[in-house]
Amino acid sequence: MTDVIEIPPGAAPRRAEAFKPKLHVSNLNFYYGEKQVLHDVAVAVPPNRVTALIGPSGCGKSTFLRTLNRMYEAVPRTRAEGIVTLDGEDVLSMDVVRLRRRVGMVFQKSNPFPKSIFENVAYGLRVNGRMRKREIEEAVEHSLRRAAIWDEVKGHLHDSAHALSGGQQQRLCIARALAVNPEVLLLDEPCSALDPIATAKIEELMFVLKESCTIVIVTHNMQQAARVAEYTGFFLLGRLIEFNKTEVIFKRPAKKETEDYITGRFG
Amino acid sequence: MILRKITNAVMFMLTGLCALATISVLFFILGYLVYYGARSLNWAFLTQLPKPAGEAGGGMANAIAGTAKLLLLTALMGVPIGFVAGVYLSEYGRGAFAFAVRYAADLLNGVPSIVIGIFAYALAVVPLGHFSAFAGGVALSIMVIPITIRTTEQFLRAVPQSLREGALALGASKSRTIATVVIPAAMRGILTGTILAVARVAGETAPLLFTAFSNTYWSHGWLEPIASLPVMIFNYAISPYDDWHRQAWAAGLVLLALMLAANIAARMILSPKAGRA
Repeated sequence: MTDVIEIPPGAAPRRAEAFKPKLHVSNLNFYYGEKQVLHDVAVAVPPNRVTALIGPSGCGKSTFLRTLNRMYEAVPRTRAEGIVTLDGEDVLSMDVVRLRRRVGMVFQKSNPFPKSIFENVAYGLRVNGRMRKREIEEAVEHSLRRAAIWDEVKGHLHDSAHALSGGQQQRLCIARALAVNPEVLLLDEPCSALDPIATAKIEELMFVLKESCTIVIVTHNMQQAARVAEYTGFFLLGRLIEFNKTEVIFKRPAKKETEDYITGRFG
Repeated sequence: MILRKITNAVMFMLTGLCALATISVLFFILGYLVYYGARSLNWAFLTQLPKPAGEAGGGMANAIAGTAKLLLLTALMGVPIGFVAGVYLSEYGRGAFAFAVRYAADLLNGVPSIVIGIFAYALAVVPLGHFSAFAGGVALSIMVIPITIRTTEQFLRAVPQSLREGALALGASKSRTIATVVIPAAMRGILTGTILAVARVAGETAPLLFTAFSNTYWSHGWLEPIASLPVMIFNYAISPYDDWHRQAWAAGLVLLALMLAANIAARMILSPKAGRA
């Protein structure tokens, strides 16, 4: 493998805003068994911004997201090759527990544990080391507040998380991810199962959360990408076709494929 | 048109008759047990030791306690092994070894219980030189392991993958994810399956005949021969005494009542209303 990083034209943001990338990816190839699903992906994710990844189903955007916290390792016979760095540290060789503490994830389908609301949020804290009861209580409240769900659940923290509505469950999952103070939050189509009101709440949340962490969101909803993201990447057939400021992607895309997708000519 | 209607009616009657036959058998057994057993079922039966042959009265208190002790041994020896092996199959098991374990569990499930009895005899009776509650526990454990393995595996597999991912994404290791998220999520089902598995071997006679043997008196500790309800039923039923025959029916009724209780308990645990989440 060569260590010369060649960022294909269009994959690097134009120098409209200089930043030191939070996540830096280059020459990333990904395989399920023999099948290659990501080809030479290169991208620099800016810190404290929302970066959206769009593209048709099966284009590799979710797979890409899962390389950023190595969730793909839960699936047998998967392999990632290339360079992924988090603040300059190599993600692919980092201790996976430490990596996932720094890079949290929220999934497409809300997946609260069959435990109480409190225990759901406390889970990551308990996993990541011993804390006093008082500290855990404070951290749980703080996380629920950050996820803007505190007011709705504060009276019944010890009820089952499964009694919450779909939108509340998803915000609970965000609170659960926030509890360990991640530097990066990965959102894998977090609103695809939610109604417009619940979706709006989560989008509002992103505006606040990006002050304290870097957000990467996979979405099949282009309007959502346009609403929440400063930067947008367009994936097609396992390649990152174009990455730029969201307004550029949506108004003046450099690639014909991007324009076709944005304007709904396919996908 | 008419032919279709006739076919339909015949099929309906055939399936209905077979279903009726199935539940009739259960009710016949129940009726028989109650009819013949209830007369001998009294306080003395539950609290007294057996009387010598020829003397009327007496009870099977030692056999009831013996069955309880044997089941406790089964729950302590067989169930944990089956449970942990089931966790292995569901969470770690891939490839040839897991296939072999799964296949072996299915085969073991099909091994005649008398053969398991002989095996337990060679394993736990011959080395100790005498029959014992422990040997009976070994025999019943061997019987309960394959059932526990498969129910554990089945209920763990039913836990959504998304829960495992949720825990892993928070930095939990695989073993921690299994212990704190996957197993608790499946616990009710596993518990139910385990209760039913233990209840199922509670009625086994053949594996106990030459391991636990039997005992006319109380059995002290774990290394003496011990009486149990199924073996007692067997011994009393082949005896020439009418009084013993009635007592065998009563023992059958007690055994069936225990299983029914286990079944109801299992259903209550599994019902979604019991306990939160």
